[in-house]
Amino acid sequence: MAVCVAVIAKENYPLYIRSIPTEDQLKFHYTVHTSLDVVDEKISAMGKALVDQRELYLGLLYPTEDYKVYGYVTNSKVKFVMVVDSSNTALRDNEIRSMFRKLHNSYTDVMCNPFYNPGDPIQSRGFDNTVSSMMVPAC
Amino acid sequence: MSPTQWDFPVELCCRPMAFVTLTGLDVTYNAIHRAIWDAFCANRRADRVPISFKVLPGDHEYPKCRTKRTSYEWYIPKGILKTGWMNKHLNLVPALVVVFYELDWDEAQWKEKQSECATRVEIVRQSLQGRNTKVAVVLIQKKTPLPPGEDLIASERAAALCNACDLSGKSLFVLPHTDHLVGYIIRLENAFYEHAQTYYYTEIRRIKSHKEFLNKTTHQLLFVRHQFKIAFFSELKQDTQNALKNYRTAYNLVHELRAHETNMLEIKTMAGFINYKICRLCFQHNTPLDAIAQFRKHIDLCKKKIGSAELSFEHAAWMSKQFQAFGDLFDEAIKLGLTAIQTQNPGFYYQQAAYYAQERKHLAALLCNHSPSVTYPSPDPLETPNGALDFYGQRAWRQGILSFDLSDPEKEKAGILALQLKERDVNHSEINISLLSSAVAQFKKYKCPRMKSHLMVQMGEEYYFAKDYTKALKLLDYVMCDYRSERWWTLLTSILTTALKCAYLMAQLKDYITYSLELLGRASTLKDDQKSRIEKNLINVLMNESPEAEPDCDASMVKAAQRLWADRVSLAGNNVFTIEVQDFITSVDLILGSETGRCVILNWRGGGGDAASAQEAVQASRSFKRRPKLPETEVHWDSITIQASTMIISRVPKLCVQLRHEPPALTNEIYCLMITIQSQEDTVIKDVKLTAGLKPGQDANLTQKTLVTLEGAEMCDDSSPALLTDIPVGNLQPGEKLDMPLYIRCGTVGTRVFLVYVSYLIDTSVEGKEIVCRCHRDETVTIETVYPFDVAVKFVSIKFEHLDRVYADKPFLLMTDILSASPWGLTILSSQLQLSSSVTPVDELESHVENVVLQTGESASECFCLQCPPIANPQNAVATGSYNISWKRSSAGENVPIVNTVVTLPHVMVESIPLHIKADLPSFGRVRESLPVKYHLQNKTGLVQDIEIAVEPSDAFMFSGLKQIRLQILPGTEQEMLYNFYPLMAGYQQLPSLNINLLRFPNYTSHMLKRFLPTHIFVKPQGRHVDEDSIEAA
Repeated sequence: MAVCVAVIAKENYPLYIRSIPTEDQLKFHYTVHTSLDVVDEKISAMGKALVDQRELYLGLLYPTEDYKVYGYVTNSKVKFVMVVDSSNTALRDNEIRSMFRKLHNSYTDVMCNPFYNPGDPIQSRGFDNTVSSMMVPAC
Repeated sequence: MSPTQWDFPVELCCRPMAFVTLTGLDVTYNAIHRAIWDAFCANRRADRVPISFKVLPGDHEYPKCRTKRTSYEWYIPKGILKTGWMNKHLNLVPALVVVFYELDWDEAQWKEKQSECATRVEIVRQSLQGRNTKVAVVLIQKKTPLPPGEDLIASERAAALCNACDLSGKSLFVLPHTDHLVGYIIRLENAFYEHAQTYYYTEIRRIKSHKEFLNKTTHQLLFVRHQFKIAFFSELKQDTQNALKNYRTAYNLVHELRAHETNMLEIKTMAGFINYKICRLCFQHNTPLDAIAQFRKHIDLCKKKIGSAELSFEHAAWMSKQFQAFGDLFDEAIKLGLTAIQTQNPGFYYQQAAYYAQERKHLAALLCNHSPSVTYPSPDPLETPNGALDFYGQRAWRQGILSFDLSDPEKEKAGILALQLKERDVNHSEINISLLSSAVAQFKKYKCPRMKSHLMVQMGEEYYFAKDYTKALKLLDYVMCDYRSERWWTLLTSILTTALKCAYLMAQLKDYITYSLELLGRASTLKDDQKSRIEKNLINVLMNESPEAEPDCDASMVKAAQRLWADRVSLAGNNVFTIEVQDFITSVDLILGSETGRCVILNWRGGGGDAASAQEAVQASRSFKRRPKLPETEVHWDSITIQASTMIISRVPKLCVQLRHEPPALTNEIYCLMITIQSQEDTVIKDVKLTAGLKPGQDANLTQKTLVTLEGAEMCDDSSPALLTDIPVGNLQPGEKLDMPLYIRCGTVGTRVFLVYVSYLIDTSVEGKEIVCRCHRDETVTIETVYPFDVAVKFVSIKFEHLDRVYADKPFLLMTDILSASPWGLTILSSQLQLSSSVTPVDELESHVENVVLQTGESASECFCLQCPPIANPQNAVATGSYNISWKRSSAGENVPIVNTVVTLPHVMVESIPLHIKADLPSFGRVRESLPVKYHLQNKTGLVQDIEIAVEPSDAFMFSGLKQIRLQILPGTEQEMLYNFYPLMAGYQQLPSLNINLLRFPNYTSHMLKRFLPTHIFVKPQGRHVDEDSIEAA
């Protein structure tokens, strides 16, 4: 399961970051932030492809010694980044993909809230619950 | 324990090359030998065989070879690989020893020389006792050798020499010392290379042959050792494929070894060595993915093999080194042409190396914090008899002991303590920073700006720990703006916190204030208690007092900082700090503190943008920005806008300006624009001024061709301006109306914009105050100017035929045609023809169009009969004069002056003809009635003219007279020809034509001359009584 889930705005500032409480939160912030280098590169490479053929899931961004970082970008260029423990080999690409899709759906619900201003940090119980369900510790 | 303990030995990292020693060369005193040696070692490019050469004396002692074991049965190895082994085979034990000897085939004292050579060979062999090293002899000869087989003495003596030295023929070489030395040397070294390869091949075979004697229980270490040696010899043999294969086997064998805390370091060291070799060869074989896969496998296998917990910093150091070495290999491969990508580049390995270096620092801090009373153990447990370890990766105090049980726990303790104390002295920060900066350089190259920033933060933090606050601050300050602009507040807060500590510890006032302010801001994610602590400190600083220390700072540095702050406080003057918050053009200053204590000026530049640009201000005020809702106590910073400019609009005038006119204007006419000004104010308006005329800013030519005046139509002359400014009109009572005609004269056609601007003063009250207010009303009108009429002029002959030229002394007609183009009626008052001297009128030139009124599209025509006297130069056209038309609008009043339009008449060519011909005939004829015709032929030249005349008959006429004649006309005289024509038919009949042929002037054809003669005549039918008369006559 994920150890950190982040939603990044189009302008690359964080809308939502949550990591497991047992580890240093700052470390995950840096991990997510640095992963945007790869996201940016992938998006700019993708820009040439046709819009309807665009795959939202960016796949593995880069592996570190301890974690794997996955990325996903919506059509409005909002990015989702998920950090997964490297030792967790049970998670397949397909599962990561479906987790992102779930996250995207939940994010869409947040956006549909008329009281939510796009671009503001996400404060939503529903979204929190979705993220929590992805971050249930494996043990 | 040196800080380079973890570095790989040089002999491991170099590229192994066959080792060949050269003996018998005196490179110091013998020039020829020197030249030979230079040829061997100079210019060793990639195309030369990989051999490392060394010059040694002939009696050099090579490392002794231990007696070969015949059985491994009772042999227990003491370690995996001896520390000296690689160096021994790279630099000490040669694959081939070459004996150089100066000897020519025709040497007089051949016998003596031959035996001396044999002795030298023997000495070398002695010193290589037991080794398989090859020996070769090179004879340095002064003479160029003959082709093989031709020199019988040579082949005979060569055989004898081989025999004496116990050499095979393949090991004897001749090196003639001639011009082609380098060529010979290259051939020689190729031969040496073959010998060396054979040597390494036999060495590999020899090691392989041991295998069958080994057993898996006691000789596990030997399996690894032998496999490693085979691989290494393969490398020396330049057989990199087999070397790689054998290293891979060796790597697997290393991990099969029974591991225990006591030998963990040895296993990891060897695993690291072998892994390094494998990765290196993979990169060399251009299979970088294999190298990466091997390295990952290596790390995964070794990551958890920490070994002794008390020395766990050693594991971190080792891990760091593994990553660093791989990064170096990767980087080197890139320099040789490999392409890396953003997600797979050496930077990641350096970064990981730095991570482990950091880990090592933490572990060292944890494990090595012995109190100062703990002294380094004596005797030094790390000291060995020969100053170095026997086997790689073993402990100095228990070398060669394979048992997992610790025989001497006291010694073990001392050893660990010694290592810990050594580790304490290591400058971890330096290692860490150098690794981080390597990583930064890589990430910069592979478009990872955020990763780069992150690493720079780490570097800054490392400098902070290393107490180099200046460098720390410099790095942190550099990356801060990246995080700020990307709005990652959590990260920015963390960086700012460290930066604030640095600023505090250095007592850098300006930085301290800047970071404090930023940390107090809304972007900072600090907790309120932290914020209030910082705020208190900031207020202290502004009061010129020392702030409290930042938490978690090094105690000794805090003491130093407090002294610095005390100094700052006591320092007088220079207590004003200006902090540039942004970089723009206009600015806002916020001053904190007081000038007596300490004073900070926050300078925001920008805000309203450029004050000069009014447009921007308008845009700014109009732009609709959604502002996020904030708690009542907070102000949204971005919603504070600076209105740097505003538009000032004058009071709305209550004045009516009306314009009446009849467009379009006609060229040159005095056009009347009636301006009506009516006051609608409640009170009297004063100082009314009128500005009227051509609106400024139009084409400069229009200004010159437009004249306006208010002074009545007569006054509009060339001195009038295009724009009348500030004409005082006086005062106007409420409701009073004023008419002012403006006379405009437009000299050219085109569109003009005219401006009528009326300004006035009025007393008015604003917010209870009486003020004099200036108001103005302006009107613009666009007036088109068109030509009033078109004048067409043409020349025609008396017969109304078009003329492209006129003939001297022959009358012609000038026809003028005035076509009205004006939409309004035009009255032509008169017209006048002004003739030039070269044209004379035939009759009176009176105007036929006086007082004619022309409506649009109507035209008035005139016709004048003129004549041109002969002119001197018939090539040039002559001016005919001008046509003056006086006109005005039919609607214009009496006072409007008449406009005179002068039309210049076209030039015309005047041609003189040599013979004038004229016909005298009645205006009509009558059928069967004689019609006398007289032709006058006048010679206009100064020559006698020969003329042939023939009359062509016509069906309608009979005639009498000379039908064909040739005659001469004297200069200036006239000849008459008389004919009697007798018309036969009634109607418009063609006359018999007169063909005249001027023999002297063939250019003037009969056809041309005929133009001056009538061609037809009207013949009336016979009247009835005439009929009777004729009958009577008959």
